[in-house]
Amino acid sequence: MSEIKKNLKGFSTFPHDTIAEIQRSAREGIYQIRGLGAKRKVPNFDDLVFLGASASRYPLEGYREKCNTSVVIGDRFAKKPITLDIPITIAGMSFGALGANAKDALGRGASAMGTSTTTGDGGMTPEERKSSKYLVYQLLPSRYGMNPDDLRKADAIEVVVGQGAKPGGGGMLLGQKINKRVAQMRNLPEGIDQRSACRHPDWTGPDDLEIKIQELREITNWEKPIYVKVGAARAYYDTALAVKAGADVVVLDGMQGGTAATQDVFIEHVGIPTLGALREAVDSLKELNMHRKVQLIVSGGIRSGADVAKAIAMGADAVSIGSAAMIALNCNADMYPEDYEKLGTAAGYCHHCHTGRCPVGVATQDPELEKRLEPDLAGKRVKNYLATLTLELQTLARANGKSDVRNLEPEDLAALTVEAAAMARVPLAGTTWIPGYDK
Amino acid sequence: MNFDLSKKTLREVNSYLQNIDLKSNQRDFVIKNPLGNHALCAGLQDEIKVTIKGHVGYYCAGMNKKAEVTIEGNVGTGVAENMMSGLVHVKGNASQSAGATGQGGTLVIDGDASSRCGISMKGINIIVKGSVGHMSAFMAQSGNLVILGDADEYLGDSIYEAKIYCLGKVKSLGADCIEKEMNDKEIKHLSALLEAQNIKADPKKFKRYGSARSLYNFKIDNVSSY
Ligand SMILES: Cc1cc2nc3c(=O)[nH]c(=O)nc-3n(C[C@H](O)[C@H](O)[C@H](O)COP(=O)(O)O)c2cc1C
Ligand code: SF4
Repeated sequence: MSEIKKNLKGFSTFPHDTIAEIQRSAREGIYQIRGLGAKRKVPNFDDLVFLGASASRYPLEGYREKCNTSVVIGDRFAKKPITLDIPITIAGMSFGALGANAKDALGRGASAMGTSTTTGDGGMTPEERKSSKYLVYQLLPSRYGMNPDDLRKADAIEVVVGQGAKPGGGGMLLGQKINKRVAQMRNLPEGIDQRSACRHPDWTGPDDLEIKIQELREITNWEKPIYVKVGAARAYYDTALAVKAGADVVVLDGMQGGTAATQDVFIEHVGIPTLGALREAVDSLKELNMHRKVQLIVSGGIRSGADVAKAIAMGADAVSIGSAAMIALNCNADMYPEDYEKLGTAAGYCHHCHTGRCPVGVATQDPELEKRLEPDLAGKRVKNYLATLTLELQTLARANGKSDVRNLEPEDLAALTVEAAAMARVPLAGTTWIPGYDK
Repeated sequence: MNFDLSKKTLREVNSYLQNIDLKSNQRDFVIKNPLGNHALCAGLQDEIKVTIKGHVGYYCAGMNKKAEVTIEGNVGTGVAENMMSGLVHVKGNASQSAGATGQGGTLVIDGDASSRCGISMKGINIIVKGSVGHMSAFMAQSGNLVILGDADEYLGDSIYEAKIYCLGKVKSLGADCIEKEMNDKEIKHLSALLEAQNIKADPKKFKRYGSARSLYNFKIDNVSSY
């Protein structure tokens, strides 16, 4: 750095990336579309800590005493609920956004750990059905590839109302990612932008949703658990409405949640953080006397066993992961630096899933790039990652004296910041103070 | 074989019709007293004929495969939604989103269809003998929407490769939807669609609408259309 620069004071309102973005929009006249989740910092699970055991609570012996991680999903109305060995699932990511190898690898890793994976906006591929022990089939507004046979082949059905990255937004798969197979599955010409609508074509509002769910159950003999996925916006009411509409499971996706391609302004500025939304959803379930009866699956920024444990302690039944699972597949790994550079980015900064030129072969349909992801090896990485999360989760549960991870409770937590204390409704560490909460 | 929905549950009737014993000769069914039930005849998957005597609720014959379902009455939202194949014939009027996302087969509506008829259609043929409501064929991907009456505002908004034929007046076309030439090939194509349903109308009198394809790839110059 030059002597002059060292002495200069930057603008906090206009840091370098803001200056660059203003100048980019002045050149191009269009907003930025990108992949993955929010880059800004929001209150999150790092702002909570577990208290652990003490004189009044005794811990369980690590590696010796059992700590159950399995969870039954969808036993409210479905004749065939699913039993997951671990409360960590793979979130819906479309074939089209991800390549077939990536989908296959996610299926292998999840199946090896006895958990589920999810289709996405693009239909079900035979590869992912084959490699997934439990496959959740999404019903999205676009209905790309939707058909009753795949509906019956699924282990559960997820009606997608919204996503955390873009509550209220549809999808956009840019033409450069549309090869022949993706185009055929979506019934559209190759190479054109594929817009996914933001609203369902045949229902609006919770009363209609109830009837839609009834139709899905009628088509599948009332066997499949029906999930309703909402982006974190009005989590209290959305949860209540999903329960009223007859969902077996509510999937709540916080604002940090990843996406394949959306406007940056949406990713960073719409929706609320997972932490606050989760508490609202649990409040709603408890008020309806439905907590643990309608399962709550939470996503958006889950990275570690600590995140999983904290989400469960706050009342979730399971979590779902998107971005972190991609990272386990090698997203943003420090390899092929020249290919990151061609995209104008570098490992650790990449959010270029929308370009179809993924340097590590995860979010691409290009056969040469896809070869960089070998499904068997990548599947093992996903399995290892899920196994690590599970061990971390059990470690924390035992430390808090719990023989079942779902016995973790808000009383096991303390907050490190005033914001997190208010959002998660746990006391600020070392105090009994919960801002805004009058017992 | 007759079913009476005032005596049997929806589940019983649907389950029977979804799991036909293909060895039996029974292929014709009548459902009496449908009483506005939702999801009646949803998920059928065999070559059977079902006649429903009366009005039905939402999603009648949803995701139908192969079956021929006739409704002697009006239908609620989303009749034959996401239909794969077969024939659904509504003798009365249809509510919103008739034939939404339909992938194949034919939907015939003798009366009018409300808004968003054929929304996101993906290969289905829809023939409406009356008029259609606003935003019909919105984001329609493929298949044919034939309208013998009029079409309300924003017909074919953001349409992809689907074809719209309309005999009556079109109040307005949606973004990227334009009138297209009705040449000999199109006239032949339309007359085959009409003849297949025994509909007497002169195909030469229809106008055809489809995509200008100018919104297929995002261009900043089109920003006012988005
Ligand atoms: C590449 C990618 C594709 C996605 N595709 C879909 C999709 O098709 N349908 C959907 O409901 N959510 C989709 N999502 C969102 C995820 O299902 C999930 O909500 C989100 O990734 C969770 O947050 P996380 O990324 O922080 O783990 C996608 C996310 C990513 C990263
Ligand atoms: S490395 Fe690939 S998957 Fe990861 S952000 Fe970049 S393009 Fe997307």
